[in-house]
Amino acid sequence: MDSSLKGRPGGAIWWKLIAVVFVLYTVIAGFLVSVPAQPILHESIRNLYFHVPMWFSMMVILFISLWHSIKYLSKSTIESDIIATQAAHTGMLLGALGLATGSFWARYTWGAWWVADTKLNGAAITMLIYLAYFILRGSIDEEQKRARIAAVYNIFAYVMLIVFLMILPRMSDSLHPGNGGNPGFNKYDLDKNMRLVFYPAVIGWILLSVWILTLRIRLQKLKRKLMFNE
Amino acid sequence: MLFQQIKYLIVKEIKLELRNKYALGGILIYVVSTVFVSYLSFKQIINPATWNALFWIILLFASINAVAKSFINESGGKMLYLYTLTGPQAVILAKIIYNSLLLIVLSGLCLCAYTLFIGNLIGDLPLFLIVLLMGSMGFSSLLTMVSAIASKTSNNFTLMAILSLPIMLPLLMVLIKVSKNAIDGLELWDWNSLLILAFLNVIVISLSYLLFRYLWRD
Repeated sequence: MDSSLKGRPGGAIWWKLIAVVFVLYTVIAGFLVSVPAQPILHESIRNLYFHVPMWFSMMVILFISLWHSIKYLSKSTIESDIIATQAAHTGMLLGALGLATGSFWARYTWGAWWVADTKLNGAAITMLIYLAYFILRGSIDEEQKRARIAAVYNIFAYVMLIVFLMILPRMSDSLHPGNGGNPGFNKYDLDKNMRLVFYPAVIGWILLSVWILTLRIRLQKLKRKLMFNE
Repeated sequence: MLFQQIKYLIVKEIKLELRNKYALGGILIYVVSTVFVSYLSFKQIINPATWNALFWIILLFASINAVAKSFINESGGKMLYLYTLTGPQAVILAKIIYNSLLLIVLSGLCLCAYTLFIGNLIGDLPLFLIVLLMGSMGFSSLLTMVSAIASKTSNNFTLMAILSLPIMLPLLMVLIKVSKNAIDGLELWDWNSLLILAFLNVIVISLSYLLFRYLWRD
């Protein structure tokens, strides 16, 4: 995956094909294949194919961001900094989509767009941390210095975030599936049909977000090239 | 060697702080006047949850103000001298320890003023003091590191708050939970949460120790 992150045109395309096929399959099968009838959830259970993979992909993309921040501190190549920044941007896009799909789901199952809940608070804090990261980047002009300071904050914030996401669910109960005594989806609701859609959906969305990331990295590199030529 | 250097640096910090007392006095007045403003706005607080939340919020913002100056007000030349003389690790550890001492004094004063004006609802004082101690250490280590990051930017006082608030939330929520237990005066201490507090402190201090070496150079 690492070489494809460099964003060279004409790299391997097989995983992009998988991404397209799986996401198309998710959209079509996700709306057509029958789902178990559950009280309260009803047909909104189909949101599982879209809401949950957003958070999985976000964690993968943010981990790529962390990895390249660490790499920047050890090697000081500006390429790692570009990847780390663009990964953070892509992660925020996925986080916003995860919040939007989750908010709709909450409206029709819990009755409100936003509820005070550990998972939701964790999501909100993730967004706040990365918005702060962008503001930090915006307030340093010199390129090498910006890359270095931002990398330090990225590592610091990511570790605190993981700790937070680990300890927070132990502190209070939650409405969200898989927390505070609530069963996760796979215990009761996820029957064979749903698994056949859900697993490809996760892989498809993760690959698609890596693809978005590679495009963003290429775009950023071209912009940089243009800027230095002028 | 490292301990010798840290001791020397802490003594230096205390000497400098006592040399211009107005900075220290400013922070102390800040706490007392914030408590007084809350007292005038709330008159009296009967609900323990509100009492607790207000106490920690006051302490949170006072700590941000107190620690913000630890790197921001330092001149570049003096810091460079210290870094070459002792090494960045000694500098950050000394700053963390010094700021812990500062915040312990600050939180003690905050508790006194809060008790005087707003009242004292604490049922289990020893536990509350332990939480206060660990909270001061956690705030100090986190904020010292963030202050070092923020000092490298152009608008550093705004950034200090933006950068520190989201990553302080885990610490703050555990602190509020344990101190609520202390106020209620439960028979059994919540060792689990106290362990989480200690664990958070250890993580932040070791991260600062590891990452600061990339931060100090200009």
